[in-house]
Amino acid sequence: MAYSEKVIDHYSNPRNIGTLNKEDKNVGTGLVGAPECGDVMRLQIQVNEENGIIEDAKFKTFGCGSAIASSSLATEWLKGKTVNEAMEIDNMAIVEELALPPVKIHCSVLAEDAIKTAINDYRTKQGLEEIA
Amino acid sequence: MLSFPIYLDNNATTPMDPRVLEAMLPYFNNKFGNAASRNHAFGWTAEEAVDYAREQVAKLINASPKEIIFTSGATESDNLAIKGVYEMYARKGNHIITVNTEHKAILDSCKHIEKLGGEVTYLSPNEDGLINLADLEAAITPKTILISIMYGNNEIGVLQPIEEISAIARKHDVLFHSDATQAVGKVPVDVMAQNIDLMSFTAHKMYGPKGAGALYVRRKNPRVKVTSQLDGGGHERGMRSGTLNVPGIVGLGKACEICMEEMEEEAARLSKMRDHLETELLKIEESYVNGNRDHRLPHVANISFKHVEGEGLMMGIKDLAVSSGSACTSASLEPSYVLKNLGLDDDLAHSSLRFGLGRFTTDEEVEFAIDHVKTAVHKLREMSPLWEMFKEGIDLKSVVWQEH
Repeated sequence: MAYSEKVIDHYSNPRNIGTLNKEDKNVGTGLVGAPECGDVMRLQIQVNEENGIIEDAKFKTFGCGSAIASSSLATEWLKGKTVNEAMEIDNMAIVEELALPPVKIHCSVLAEDAIKTAINDYRTKQGLEEIA
Repeated sequence: MLSFPIYLDNNATTPMDPRVLEAMLPYFNNKFGNAASRNHAFGWTAEEAVDYAREQVAKLINASPKEIIFTSGATESDNLAIKGVYEMYARKGNHIITVNTEHKAILDSCKHIEKLGGEVTYLSPNEDGLINLADLEAAITPKTILISIMYGNNEIGVLQPIEEISAIARKHDVLFHSDATQAVGKVPVDVMAQNIDLMSFTAHKMYGPKGAGALYVRRKNPRVKVTSQLDGGGHERGMRSGTLNVPGIVGLGKACEICMEEMEEEAARLSKMRDHLETELLKIEESYVNGNRDHRLPHVANISFKHVEGEGLMMGIKDLAVSSGSACTSASLEPSYVLKNLGLDDDLAHSSLRFGLGRFTTDEEVEFAIDHVKTAVHKLREMSPLWEMFKEGIDLKSVVWQEH
């Protein structure tokens, strides 16, 4: 199976690899997937508490090229969005952007889950309720 | 000069040796006859070529030419051995013993037998891939007709104790079949000395063409017969009908002849090269060899790089053609059943690469591979959350993962 150019680009030049301090009150962390499934993503957002805008996003992913690309793309999309806007990111948009084949759709689902988990982690820290 | 990608997947298939191709070519054009045509020169020429190939093949495994049944490849040979013995020896029993790390051609043929009402015992190997001989002997019942255990494993290269297995089979009057696809032409295989009753192998794993293989079927002590699975003209002593693939068979014969002459030297060269590759790659922190290292094919190394996913790693070493035990390479998302059946955790199975060296692999290519893999593992660990957690001293087994 050949990878799309965009997947290769994100894989070769991943955006925003790194770690934010998960103890910070304005940092939300989403760790999803499982090693035995061959995919683990950790996605973090750093939110401006004044205006709810995501100022920084970082990821680390254990997985195939599509999983790495999906999380790399997610961090790109997250930056500059408000938390509420970020909640709207849909996995199919990732599929489309990266031209993922059907067997790799789960990678985009995982990325969407990571976003939502990170946001809910942030919301919990802020004393807000989780959004489904 | 290196040319990319570098082929290190010689357990999947091997490139044809130019000498094999040369031997085959005439049988595609002016020597096109049907080996079964008894009444003209075209047929005789083809038959002569097949007879000669049969001798070349037999010689490599120390069989008699009459014991070689030509097939389309190892999958067909495995099917013929399992199903053919099951049908032929139905009166004696219906029980077959095999191992759960066998190739799918064996496992799925056995599943087919189960559907027909047969019984199959699937032994589990030890962690190093070797079977436990006591388990094998304990599994034999009065109904057992066949033990089918592969010679050398296609994923980890582990060589089973063939002589000990055949001794147990003999002791209990049970036939012994071995899928020797990976072993024939790579290590000395001797059906007489090793008491093998049936054996599958194929040309394309030993620098011959695809589409040509053989099943060795013993004719004496005991005389073994298999029920044909393809009905037709009664070729190959009635065990495998179908017009013979003359160019393919000529190629198989030539490939066997070359292996016969060069195997010893080649194995020594490849095992040295493999050991060097392995030693270097094991310098990478948290890397592990899968399978027994002492009883192994000379040209295979299967290594897991912990906390790095195999398919992601393969993408990072795009200049190398290797295989991974990772799930992602298949639609099933299940990692290699062979590695799992060794008792490897799924995450280690996902993190494995198989390197298969071959006749045309050079030292320069191996050096390149070492550097390339080291760089890629390092890069991927930098972006692996598991590696970071491992480095922080977090026990990954204690983490509650959100499985999908």
